[in-house]
Amino acid sequence: MGKKKKILTALVITVVVIGSLWLLQRLLVPKYMTGIVEGAMIAEYYEEEKDHDVIFIGDCEVYENFIPAVLWEEYGIHSFIRGSAQQLIWQSYYLLEETLKYETPEVVVFNILSMKYNTPQKEAYNRMTIDGMKWSASKIGSIKASMTKDEQFLDYVFPILRYHTRITELNRDDFKYLFHRDKVTFNGYYMRVDVKPAEDVPTGRPLADYTFGETAYEYLDKITAICKEKGVQLVLIKAPSLYPYWYDEWEVQMEEYAKKHNLVYINFLELIEECGLDFSTDTYDAGLHLNLSGAQKASKWFGKFLVENCGLTSRRGDEKLEVLWKDKLAAYEAEIKRQTEAVSKE
Amino acid sequence: MLFTSYEFLFFVLITCVLYYIIPKKWQWMLLLLASYVFYFLAGASFLPYIFVTTVSTYLVARKITSLQQSTSLYVKEHKEELSREEKKEYKAKAKKKQWHWLLFCLLFNLGILAVVKYTNFAISNVNAVLTVFGSKTTLSFVDLVLPLGISFYTFQSMGYIIDVYRGKYEAEKNPLRFALFVSFFPQLVQGPISRFDDLAQSLYKEHAFEFAKISLGLQRVLWGYFKKMVIADRMLIAVNELIQNPDQYKGAYVFAGMLFYALELYADFTGGIDITIGIAEILGIRVTENFHRPYFSKNIKEYWNRWHMTMGSWFTDYIFYPISVCQPMLKFSRFSRAHFGEFIGKRMPVYLSSFVVWFTTGIWHGASWNFIVWGLGNFVVIMISQELEPLYRRFHEKFPKAEGAFAFKVFRVVRTILLMSSLRMFDCYRNVPLTFRMFGSMFTTWNWKVIFDGSMLKLGLDAKDYIILFAGMLLMLTVSLIQRSGSVRGKIRTLSVPVRTILWYGLFLVVLLFGAYGVGYDASQFIYNQF
Repeated sequence: MGKKKKILTALVITVVVIGSLWLLQRLLVPKYMTGIVEGAMIAEYYEEEKDHDVIFIGDCEVYENFIPAVLWEEYGIHSFIRGSAQQLIWQSYYLLEETLKYETPEVVVFNILSMKYNTPQKEAYNRMTIDGMKWSASKIGSIKASMTKDEQFLDYVFPILRYHTRITELNRDDFKYLFHRDKVTFNGYYMRVDVKPAEDVPTGRPLADYTFGETAYEYLDKITAICKEKGVQLVLIKAPSLYPYWYDEWEVQMEEYAKKHNLVYINFLELIEECGLDFSTDTYDAGLHLNLSGAQKASKWFGKFLVENCGLTSRRGDEKLEVLWKDKLAAYEAEIKRQTEAVSKE
Repeated sequence: MLFTSYEFLFFVLITCVLYYIIPKKWQWMLLLLASYVFYFLAGASFLPYIFVTTVSTYLVARKITSLQQSTSLYVKEHKEELSREEKKEYKAKAKKKQWHWLLFCLLFNLGILAVVKYTNFAISNVNAVLTVFGSKTTLSFVDLVLPLGISFYTFQSMGYIIDVYRGKYEAEKNPLRFALFVSFFPQLVQGPISRFDDLAQSLYKEHAFEFAKISLGLQRVLWGYFKKMVIADRMLIAVNELIQNPDQYKGAYVFAGMLFYALELYADFTGGIDITIGIAEILGIRVTENFHRPYFSKNIKEYWNRWHMTMGSWFTDYIFYPISVCQPMLKFSRFSRAHFGEFIGKRMPVYLSSFVVWFTTGIWHGASWNFIVWGLGNFVVIMISQELEPLYRRFHEKFPKAEGAFAFKVFRVVRTILLMSSLRMFDCYRNVPLTFRMFGSMFTTWNWKVIFDGSMLKLGLDAKDYIILFAGMLLMLTVSLIQRSGSVRGKIRTLSVPVRTILWYGLFLVVLLFGAYGVGYDASQFIYNQF
């Protein structure tokens, strides 16, 4: 074989090998398009016009309890939720750090439930939060901070090493969404219209120690610091979810922290009546998360608060945003209709 | 650092890249450095042990060689002055000195091995005896470090010093070169147990970058990972479930577990050796083969000539032969013939030597009665088989066509597999009585329907896993069959570039996609690492 032919053969083999591995990797990574959709949420941000007034950061207590569409419709606030299932505080920090590289919103809202975790938790949740992030120093930081003892950094770099076992469980979605994804949220909001009343909400078990961990505080400090550095107003909230239980001892610590750092802190659990929430109709899973009706009420109250206390003004009339939201609202309404019809058929 | 970890792959990659970019005269030094880094990463506390064995063996070997040289020189210089008897006496005196040094080195290093590996086993036996005699006092167990691969590097070093004593070769002059022979990282944890004259030359030689050799090495490594990660580590899930719950899994389950373990052990150990030999090949170094398709053996004796061959030959050369021809054994032989007659008398020394070899083989594998009984089980089977030899001969004289018949060949292979698998059950279960009970349950608990009624799918493996295992086994069998007529890699090399690329890339994908690794699988040590 001549030298030229050898080089050409090596080149072709390299391209075919790398190309097929890339394709296999795309095929094997979970698509999160049906069933558990939480893993698809984080990546949706990158397709957005990055000019938001408010960015929500946190776990399911933000992406299931607040609706950007309501904030836009009612107050002209352009917002987005960067949340995912059991999003730990360091993951929230790195997502915020990344977000602030793209844009500088007026307000960042952070839900403080994740203060209860001081160490990495579950690999599956890590993947759902981190896999969707684009590669950056923030993603690397998030991986390093989140890895459980069984995880390897290389598995994040080459997800095929993590998801290789899916080769025997591939389904139609894996082929259908090989090169694209549908949206599963509405600006980060995950909608549920069904109702499951909260009846016997368990009270919290006594804990040996109620003090939030050092790592949790370290990242809360980082969130506070980065917001100050970027001139963004940070609002801490405890969303109106009845469970996991929010202890009085935790509440005291958060109030003290907010006071010490001159931050706004809102505990929605104390505002249930004011928001008009009724947990016999406004939750779809017995009080863990709000349904559409409940989230609409919470969002309306919060939108008013943001306008009155954070100096946000309506951006209705902004041509670009009006066009953008016209489509978003249409999709939002269509989903309400679809889910309502599905629920009424059950 | 497990062979199957990313860290190990990265370590090998860096070592290989550096190996071929540094000046060739430094290559062996890099390997020594890499080997000690590898060992340090395995456990910093292991280092003093390998260091002490290396230094003591090196010094004593040098001393023995120097004694041998000075003896030869003295005899040469005084050739005319000394009578034949005087020369003989002088040589015998010198040999005795060498023997003392050898004995010291053997006792010292085997003593280290014995202390770290067998102290707690000895204590447990003493406690058992004390309990039998009604004593309420028991000895406490000691917390000792068991350095990784100590059985392998100790045996390799002891083989070296015995060869030096026997005058097979002179002791290596360079202590660092000798240190590399003891610690060469690919074979440090599970062998093969190399001989100095086999390994040293290619270990210290300068090696040029040769794409063909490197790609052959990579292919061998890939085949090893296939066996380890696709077959052994998948099989391990069911094996663990079966052996850790003996009360739940009896009868047919034991039979299935026995065969599963035989497959797992084969894929695990041969896979590990393939990785070792493959890495050495990438570095241009030739490491002795350790397996020769053992499950194709006609009988147990042949099996042991084809399974873990370097260990078998080590025991033969350094234990069996020395015991067989030592003075006390020769005396015992004469005594036996005189008192028990020719038939028994000529067998006694062979039996005794074999007994010692198999007892040692057993205890070398692990500090427990399970391994001792396993070793002695092999001894009994081999001896019975030897005694039945005339019967077999008569059978073949009567049925001369049987030898060549396919069915008879299959029968012998199946017999070997079943016999060896039965003995291997001692590796699996907690203790000897339990092993016997579980073996017995195959004949007393009649539940063979569990093989086909879906019960096997409740052992941690699903139908897809069994399909992968079955396909993997078929591939291993096919490769073994092709190997009978020469190297498989050699045959693949004769194919066109696209075809062989597809074959090797296909195997890579199989390992990548079907390997039992990552989250959800426990990282599994190679079984032989613990020996």
